[in-house]
Amino acid sequence: MADRRFVLAAQLLLAAALLALWQALVAAGLLDPFFVSRPSDIARRIAAWIAEGTLWRHLGVTIEESVLGLVVGAALGIAVGFALARSPFVGSVLDPYIKMLNAVPRVVLAPLFLLWFGLGIWSKVALAVTLVFFVMFFNTYQGVRDADPVVIDNVRMLGATERQLVRHVLIPSALTWIFSSLQTSLGFAMVGAVVGEYLGATHGLGYVIAQAEGTFDTTGVFAGMTVLAAVVVIASAGVSRLERWLLRWKN
Amino acid sequence: MMIQAEGVARDFQTPSGRRYRALREVAFEVPAGAFVAIVGPSGCGKSTLLNIVAGLLASTSGEVRVAGERLEGLNRRATYMFQQDALLPWKNVRDNVSLGLTLAGATRTDAHGRADEWLARVGLAPFASHYPAQLSGGMRKRVAMAQNWILDRDILLMDEPFSALDVHTRQQMETELLDLWAGRAGEAGRKTILFVTHDLEEAIALADEVIVLSAGPESRVVARHPVRLARPRDLLELRTAPEFVELYRELWAVLRDEVIRSRRG
Repeated sequence: MADRRFVLAAQLLLAAALLALWQALVAAGLLDPFFVSRPSDIARRIAAWIAEGTLWRHLGVTIEESVLGLVVGAALGIAVGFALARSPFVGSVLDPYIKMLNAVPRVVLAPLFLLWFGLGIWSKVALAVTLVFFVMFFNTYQGVRDADPVVIDNVRMLGATERQLVRHVLIPSALTWIFSSLQTSLGFAMVGAVVGEYLGATHGLGYVIAQAEGTFDTTGVFAGMTVLAAVVVIASAGVSRLERWLLRWKN
Repeated sequence: MMIQAEGVARDFQTPSGRRYRALREVAFEVPAGAFVAIVGPSGCGKSTLLNIVAGLLASTSGEVRVAGERLEGLNRRATYMFQQDALLPWKNVRDNVSLGLTLAGATRTDAHGRADEWLARVGLAPFASHYPAQLSGGMRKRVAMAQNWILDRDILLMDEPFSALDVHTRQQMETELLDLWAGRAGEAGRKTILFVTHDLEEAIALADEVIVLSAGPESRVVARHPVRLARPRDLLELRTAPEFVELYRELWAVLRDEVIRSRRG
């Protein structure tokens, strides 16, 4: 416990030191604020956004897109992963196609999604889904295939039907993989949403950052990035807690 | 007869595509309520044979009859205790023990109540809410034992269940197994136990009859010997008793040749 508090204190200290260094270098004239802005300006900008209410509007849209992307991507990934792991024939037939699809750089898909789903949230959700899906798919597939054959035999001997086998062994076994990939998926969902916004949107943090870049407003860019980073840190802390609780049996 | 095996053979495909015959013409029978041990050198197909009796593996030819009926699919009269850990790591001890009842549709309260009885019987009552990863190897074996016995099936198949334990824990578990087996000789009589091991001492100490399998490939039964040591047996003293040593020498003479053959092969 004391150990964890110590780590946290050191982490905060490191952040404070880096920010102070940044601020000092700009103040001393060694760094040009036009290119790198400065922490005090960034903090003021974020405070202004909060005061105007623009922050919540844009952040709300980004979070909505990320959550939708995460949920839809996870649902599809888990369902397909399960189906393919349970039927090896279909699994081996589709294997190269899945690898091929996963190799497509998502950025090139963004304009297509804009065309198909419009400027609103759904083109961003779609982009997030393409990222989350594969993480969830591979982990579910692996998790089901990885289920201990001895445990499966044992449960069958104890009288399990196929359906009970899925429920008591295959799903829990896959869940351990799925949960450990939740952190990655969450990050990917946000990346998908923000990149989508960046390439064409009317709302969202990605849109804010793109706008700021368009006017060489580095303070705006850094402020957007800071907000994004803060959200990811908070969300992943939540996910770790959930993961620790759900996988408590792992010890 | 509770279990009858006749002409059981099993082939496997080797990676190079050749046929490997693990078992050939294996025949034996186990009377209801008997404790029979199968010994053989490692790699002789003991586990394969047990898996066939469990119905987890199909035989290539021959047949197994259970209580007179030809075995098709899983052996529903048997439970199986595995060499490796076979508990569900995500279920706590109580849920692991009650699993068989839950699968059969028992209510949660009923299943948990009976699980708690069994946990008390194997001395694990204080650990009901622990997860398997939090238990020692011996404790996990006790949980597995309770998980099997709670179903009260006629047959208990055991595949070197204690081989991963240290010598003292192992002897303790063997004693507990014999106590359970003798103590549960209720209305339906004793359970029939088919116990696979590579340890001749363990086989003689526990069983009513020892079956020796030859070295693979093409393992078959090379010797069958009744063990007429009085029960209840004191496993701590038994191993130095003259009858035990005599029997050991006799069976070892057979097993030794197979062990040597298996090393050469």
